[in-house]
Amino acid sequence: MLAYAPFMIADADYESSMGIISKILYFHAPSGMVMLLSALVCGVASAIYLWRKNPAADRLAIASAELTALFGLIVIVTGPMWARKAWGIWWDWEPRLTMSFVGWLISLSYLFVRKYAGPGSDKLGAALAVFGSVNVPFIYVSVNIWRTLHPKTTVVPSLPPGMRGPFWFSALTLFLLYLLLLNARLHLERQRAALDELYLAEEDRS
Amino acid sequence: MMRRVRAAAWTFAMTLMLTVSALASQPATGQDQFVPAKNLPQTEQIPAGPLLLTAYAFIWVAVAFYVWTIWRRLNKVEKEMRALAQKTSQR
Repeated sequence: MLAYAPFMIADADYESSMGIISKILYFHAPSGMVMLLSALVCGVASAIYLWRKNPAADRLAIASAELTALFGLIVIVTGPMWARKAWGIWWDWEPRLTMSFVGWLISLSYLFVRKYAGPGSDKLGAALAVFGSVNVPFIYVSVNIWRTLHPKTTVVPSLPPGMRGPFWFSALTLFLLYLLLLNARLHLERQRAALDELYLAEEDRS
Repeated sequence: MMRRVRAAAWTFAMTLMLTVSALASQPATGQDQFVPAKNLPQTEQIPAGPLLLTAYAFIWVAVAFYVWTIWRRLNKVEKEMRALAQKTSQR
């Protein structure tokens, strides 16, 4: 699907006022959707971890946080390239862009807390992730509430047939890529947990 | 007491003024929907090309780099597990 998506995108219609640069839509918007989904997964898993102390939920949260950072980076880098041509500027501190940037920074903060905050960082990080997920609905509706340069949420549901197919194909591709990467990252966390248990067993023996 | 009331009123007035000025200086509204087009003038296609290619290249590079970091970290953990298992079996 990843290999076929560029061919579908190449065949897709242009947006009349933006031209060729509008083709960034097919990866930029789905990356944003995956970023928001990942932040939500991270927040929900963190809430479950805080409530139930379930280590599997913590592993899911840390894996999702990394993917939020990855897809957030893709959104934040590809967006300005689109904006440069469509709006004539690389960046504008308008609500959608600012809130997405803050959401991405929260995911980075979570990862830094988990790596460097020492004992107790799991709970501190989990609380941060819950706040990060609260930001998600605001990012989504920001374009409808405030007047912004960014296209509104009505754009995707109203995409014409020449753009709709490639868009949803790209969205599905990126969603499957997200699941694949999440699975790989979870495997790493499970192996790390197994290694910790081995060390503990080794300590008990000696 | 009066000073506190005056300070609260001043803060409220300033907040209101800033909010109104922020609302007044908002940019133009975003698009409600996209209109499709099949063809574009050649001049329109040239400057956007490098930006589009860079954006797509960045996506591939970022995903490939992330997959590489997972592979590297996994290898490190599994190597450590094997070393520990070997150490345990030697006893």
